[in-house]
Amino acid sequence: MFKFILSKIALLIPTFLGITLAAFLFVRLLPGDPVTILSGERGISDERRAEMIAQFGLDKPVIVQYFSYLKNLLQGDFGQSISTHRPVVEEFFERLPATMELAFFAILIAVLIGVPAGIIAAVKRGRWPDHVLMGSALTGYSMPIFWWGLLLIMLFSTTLGWTPVSGRLDIINYYFEPVTGFMTVDAWLSGQEGAVKSALHHLILPSVVLSTIPMAVIARQTRSAMLEVLGEDYIRTAYAKGLPTWRVIGIHALRNAMITVVTVIGLQVGTLIAGAVLTETIFSWPGVGKWMIDAISHRDYPAVQGGLLFISMLVMLVNLIVDLMYGWINPRVRDGK
Amino acid sequence: MKKHLIALSILSAVCLAPQAYAAPKTFVYCSEGAPSGFNPQFYTDGTTFDAAGQAIYDRLVQFKPGETSISPALAESWEVSPDGLTYTFKLRKGVKFQTTKDFTPTRDFNADDVLFSFNRQWKDDNPYHKVSNGNYEYFTGMSMPDVLNTIEKVDDYTVKFTLKRPEAPMLANLAMDFASILSAEYADAMMKAKTPEKVDTDPVGTGPFQLVAYQKDAMIRYKANENYWEGKPKIDNLVFAITKDNAVRWQKLQAGECHLMPFPNTADLKAMQENKDVTLLSQEGLNIGYFAYNTTKKPFDDARVRKALNMAINKPAILDAVYQGAGKVAKNPIPPTMWSYNDKVVDDPYDVEAAKKLLAEAGVKDLKTNIWAMPVQRPYNPNAKRMAEMIQADWKAVGVDAQIVSYEWAEYLERSKKGEHDTLLMGWTGDNGDPDNFLAVLLGCDAVKDGSNRAFWCNKEFNDLVQKAKTLNDQGERTKLYEQAQEVFKKEAPWATIAHSVVYEVARKNVTGYKQSPFGLHQFKNVDLAE
Repeated sequence: MFKFILSKIALLIPTFLGITLAAFLFVRLLPGDPVTILSGERGISDERRAEMIAQFGLDKPVIVQYFSYLKNLLQGDFGQSISTHRPVVEEFFERLPATMELAFFAILIAVLIGVPAGIIAAVKRGRWPDHVLMGSALTGYSMPIFWWGLLLIMLFSTTLGWTPVSGRLDIINYYFEPVTGFMTVDAWLSGQEGAVKSALHHLILPSVVLSTIPMAVIARQTRSAMLEVLGEDYIRTAYAKGLPTWRVIGIHALRNAMITVVTVIGLQVGTLIAGAVLTETIFSWPGVGKWMIDAISHRDYPAVQGGLLFISMLVMLVNLIVDLMYGWINPRVRDGK
Repeated sequence: MKKHLIALSILSAVCLAPQAYAAPKTFVYCSEGAPSGFNPQFYTDGTTFDAAGQAIYDRLVQFKPGETSISPALAESWEVSPDGLTYTFKLRKGVKFQTTKDFTPTRDFNADDVLFSFNRQWKDDNPYHKVSNGNYEYFTGMSMPDVLNTIEKVDDYTVKFTLKRPEAPMLANLAMDFASILSAEYADAMMKAKTPEKVDTDPVGTGPFQLVAYQKDAMIRYKANENYWEGKPKIDNLVFAITKDNAVRWQKLQAGECHLMPFPNTADLKAMQENKDVTLLSQEGLNIGYFAYNTTKKPFDDARVRKALNMAINKPAILDAVYQGAGKVAKNPIPPTMWSYNDKVVDDPYDVEAAKKLLAEAGVKDLKTNIWAMPVQRPYNPNAKRMAEMIQADWKAVGVDAQIVSYEWAEYLERSKKGEHDTLLMGWTGDNGDPDNFLAVLLGCDAVKDGSNRAFWCNKEFNDLVQKAKTLNDQGERTKLYEQAQEVFKKEAPWATIAHSVVYEVARKNVTGYKQSPFGLHQFKNVDLAE
């Protein structure tokens, strides 16, 4: 097992280097530069422009810039944001808890609904529950997120008044210093009555919206994985032995279908962290997705590079965990058989 | 016994009730974005000015709420020498800087703070010049380094600015956010503590509100400054709920999650007007949406062609479709609310036949060209793509075949600065209410080099008038020159002036004392919430 983990970690190093280069080049390939954006409609004189380009260290050849970037990275210096003049590390990690909190609740909803829905659809294959569930999954999958979010806000927040429109807390009635950045945890730590409830209340709509696509994907993949397993001989044998249906499906079939399901969930976690942009925008959720988009449109090179790097590292981490979980679920993977 | 207890509790409830504290008044503003930081000297975006400059800081002079005229602020009075080269400010006494966990001021605001605030931006050798990697974009953009000769402390409460050349917009410039006054004592203390960047991240100002906390991209919380020199604001807490999407802002306002929102979606205006819980505020914007011809390219170097193409554009139709009627057709490059606006100028009429005739006269036949449309929404142009399509259709009627081109914003700015366009849509919102801020910045010869003159139009007659006006202090004299400049502009037609838009904001019905700023800034020191 130890060797297995080591081999997986060793693979991360070239991937990491590749990402630094990709992130570095990607942002420079975009036309326009931070100085142009800063000057906007106003324009800027050539001298002043050259001065600022030099100040941001963008006057040197790209290759030189890359190696000095790498050198700084190795010393743990991820650079300073051009728009806010603050270290990229701070900017990113201040926003990460918000994205993680949202992603956590979204994946929870997606798994709790998606997996059972997939199982039911597989068991009732070709009958109405299958049609209803897979029809809904297809609808969820193709739902334009922005529209879907606004629709839910209009119905549940503005018309029915059940959920707040956006934000992470009722800011008129509650205020406390962030400790962990996770609003539910901070609310609990603050000891203010009703704060945790308010934080959870604010999480409902955004996590439902963010869970929509992963839920659909998980449901569909669970269904097909289950169908494959349900056709295996050992399932027939299990039935033939007279085992109850719940036991055959819940233990024999599900455990074997789990490999596929875990892979899909793992992939979805990555997508959620990297792709919560739209949900974060609709619900004014102060996470990393929205921050990255702003950084790109401002051509804030250090911020984009840092952000891409951190997000990739997170996704790699999740993938590593998924790989390790395979080994746990299915010993054949671990032993390389 | 039980009866006694009930009586006692009723009695205590009655006695205590009048002493119960009134709930603090918290005003929530659904801001359109997050500030770039809390030092307004560094940044150029309105969001940062609202969150830092307007809330936390003051300047020597200020724009009167809702107006473009100047009134005293940290300077009680001032004198300008007859040659326009010396400005002497008498400073207000007894103004307190805010107290934070790291800093307790030991003295009131004085001349040292003024010197520090300007020298930091101006002098390379100021120990704070490079702190926080500072760029002083507005300070440079408003040509302050070219204009300033010296800033001297005459005594603790008198400061003298000497200029290299007369600069009529000087006072208006000093009312802008980049000219905010920071505490020199705080700066010294932080330098000693080896944390100079705290001056920029944990602001200490003299303004109406004091920063309590900023949660990145989520909210900014302020408390009212009890010692504010104009008197404590009527609200106790001010909160910026950062809400970037305008549809969501509107939902929040309706749900009562905020009290005021800027930049509504034009499509929602009707619903806002009909909603009984909110007030739709509007003000003529200090702006211009324009369509510039690249005058360095043929055939746009010929004023007749530009005039003809102007006559082919149906501007009232654009005003209806793009601005939903919320604005005015523009005939001058400056808005009608600005002094020196020349109402005698006659706009090019919408006349397809005359346009065709003039094009033929200029020898233009089967013209193929492009129209650049901005990819972003701005108050001065809510939908550039739609506007471009309408111009394209109008031009077809006079035999001009135009293709619409658009790029992502950074690329759009860069390419247009290089003059790659034939014609382009652009616009401007004024910084300081001075005509120079439109005419010189957008149409002057120097602006060709800077890239803000996107018509690349350098006309000696026009430029001389504008340059001369800048050196005069008499507003009457300046008005005459600017009026002439507007006539030259109309005759030469480097742009088709499209529209001056109306700027909307929406408030809950219980909001009182709020005034829209012509500069698009948001100030809450006079705001209150009715019970």
